[in-house]
Amino acid sequence: MIERPETAVPGIAQRNLEGYVGFANLPNQVYRKSVKRGFEFTLMVVGESGLGKSTLINSLFLTDLYSKDYPGPSQRIKKTVQVEQSKVLVKEGGVQLTLTIVDTPGFGDAVDNSNCWQPVINYIDSKCEDFLNAESRVNRRSMPDNRVHCCLYFIAPSGHGLKPLDIEFMKRLHDKVNIIPLIAKADTLTPEECQLFKKQIMKEIQDHKIKIYEFPDTEDDEDNKLIRRIKEKMPLAVVGSNVVIEVNGKKVRGRQYPWGVAEVENGEHCDFTVLRNMLIRTHMQDLKDVTNNVHYENYRSKKLAAVTCNGVDSSKSKGQLTKSPLAQMEEERREHVMKMKKMEAEMEQVFDMKVKEKKQKLKDSEAELERRHEQMKRNLEAQYKELEEKRRVYEDEKANWEAQQRILEQQKLDASKTMEKNKKKGKIF
Amino acid sequence: MHKKTMEDYVPNVSKASGPGVDFSYVGIDAILEQMRRKAMKQGFELNIMVVGQSGLGKSTLMNTLFKSKVSRKSVQATAQEKIPKTIEIKSISHDIEEKGVRMKLTVIDTPGFGDQINNENCWRPIMKFINDQYEAYLQEEININRKKRIPDSRVHCCIYFIPPTGHCLRPLDVEFMRRLSKVVNIVPVIAKADTLTLEERDFFKKKIREELRANGIDVYPQKEFDEDAEDRMINEKIREMIPFAVVGSDQEYQVNGRRLLGRKTKWGTIEVENIAHCEFAYLRDLLIRTHMQNIKDITSSIHYEMYRVRRLNENNTVVAHANGMPEHHLESEEKFDSSCAASRF
Repeated sequence: MIERPETAVPGIAQRNLEGYVGFANLPNQVYRKSVKRGFEFTLMVVGESGLGKSTLINSLFLTDLYSKDYPGPSQRIKKTVQVEQSKVLVKEGGVQLTLTIVDTPGFGDAVDNSNCWQPVINYIDSKCEDFLNAESRVNRRSMPDNRVHCCLYFIAPSGHGLKPLDIEFMKRLHDKVNIIPLIAKADTLTPEECQLFKKQIMKEIQDHKIKIYEFPDTEDDEDNKLIRRIKEKMPLAVVGSNVVIEVNGKKVRGRQYPWGVAEVENGEHCDFTVLRNMLIRTHMQDLKDVTNNVHYENYRSKKLAAVTCNGVDSSKSKGQLTKSPLAQMEEERREHVMKMKKMEAEMEQVFDMKVKEKKQKLKDSEAELERRHEQMKRNLEAQYKELEEKRRVYEDEKANWEAQQRILEQQKLDASKTMEKNKKKGKIF
Repeated sequence: MHKKTMEDYVPNVSKASGPGVDFSYVGIDAILEQMRRKAMKQGFELNIMVVGQSGLGKSTLMNTLFKSKVSRKSVQATAQEKIPKTIEIKSISHDIEEKGVRMKLTVIDTPGFGDQINNENCWRPIMKFINDQYEAYLQEEININRKKRIPDSRVHCCIYFIPPTGHCLRPLDVEFMRRLSKVVNIVPVIAKADTLTLEERDFFKKKIREELRANGIDVYPQKEFDEDAEDRMINEKIREMIPFAVVGSDQEYQVNGRRLLGRKTKWGTIEVENIAHCEFAYLRDLLIRTHMQNIKDITSSIHYEMYRVRRLNENNTVVAHANGMPEHHLESEEKFDSSCAASRF
């Protein structure tokens, strides 16, 4: 007998299974597939120069994305605001993550900073537009997700409140991307100052109705408690460092001052561990989901509404939605053919280059062989000459020796002759 | 060497009192004592201006320097700090006394500097204020019936706070210092220096000195005003240390059994007056203990004179007073000619 208990959702009855079916294995399949596919995450860092953005990125991902021989954009003050992106492939435990860091050097550094947020907005919109176009294609085999999933906004630790620039920027970007405000270089503030500062910032954020990233409530009570604790600490006060220092025999990452060491991973010193756990370990997927479901949908509806309302697309560059699928397919086919041709041309180029290289190599080795052959011949000749010389010397010696022998023989003969003469003569005695 | 007796006593002023010869002691050095007494009766005046973005610890540093609550924030009872929309200039005066020496200290604060989104020309109100003070002094000086002691409200020293980014000077800093080093003594300091480790601090200082040199900015102590070799030696040592990396605090903590001014964090306590921690002591010595008179002299004899020459050149008749008589006219022209000749350096 199958019971029908009261359910919260009407119309969907809960049934108990009588045996093991096996769809409990579904999460594993999803897991395996996603691990194979790999993950993508785009993180944007915004803030004035000198607030420790590059150091924090290095500390978060425990690698030197910005190192001495590949210095980050913050080392030079730019005249205008630029948006630079760097892609890194990080692997851990078999899972690979394509991490894109978008940096904004020059933000807030000039004397006149009006509209310094415009390049940032343009960048975010262009990424959303790329995704929209990729989504609207007929052939959607590969859809790389380059949208900005999270924006870390660095607030200077003045201890008073938000600057007009901070408020303007956040007001303009809070409905385009997930904003997480951070207090940079938090080792400047004592704990009391930090508390006051955080309260002041949250109050100003509420006054100006800025929507920063909100942690979603879960059903689990335990998690909810954690989330509530994180919410109380917003905005997070962070300190970044990738330098390892020894403290009481332990090796920790921190900053060494004459009066002590500020440890990066110590929860009492700063909120770095909270940020890292939240950003990477627990809420990365949620950030991507919110970007996809909320911010991207906002953008999409605004864009499409502009098209359908007027019938004429305000941005003439991509009016693909007004075309019929056939025309779309034609265009895609043409694009594909062009791409193929280009690839072919490139490959031919590469091939030519390789052939040339090989030829050159063969010529070189031939020349080398020639040379060696010459050298060996010369060696042989030299040896031959030497031998000749030795032979001559030997011949000379031989001739000398033979001459000497003949003289000796002659002498002997003479001696014997004289002896005979003497014998004949001597017989008279 | 013959001993002088009472009869031979000749008031020979040019001879210094030789060894063992007491009777030729004239007593010129007693003038130092007289000056000291007069100065103590009169008291000193010092006007310091602090310039920098909000939140760099300007008011705290002022309180720390003079060991009392002299900053604008301590005087005003405003609860919340709102960044003003335009730059305001607020000057607050205090009378402080130490060991019988009275000082009228005026701290001029500039809230709103560099805080806006568009900071073009944020130095204009400040330059105007400085020039207004010179103008007021000039007016008093030209007056026929002058006061015995002209109240000196000229800005003697301007402390410029550089945010501790650790990389280099910002365009705003360079612009401001370039313009103001010509009218007032600028002392740049690195604010909130407890954010930099020692290596970062040295690197930052070197970078700043290079940029100041590259932009031709002459900060106090200026090279061209060194009077003699001894001065130059002392000032060279100071010049190697600018900008001073300072930390301010007006709260006391117990450290090793002593009560010291400092900042307490979870990983240690920063002592303000410890030169291993920060260079506040050097700044205080420079401003108060050793170079205060020098700062005032340079302000009055060089910056003020330059202003005066410029001003008198602009209109040969100085702004008419109620008594605008022809003698007054000639007098000012004579003054103008002599001062022109004198201040050509």
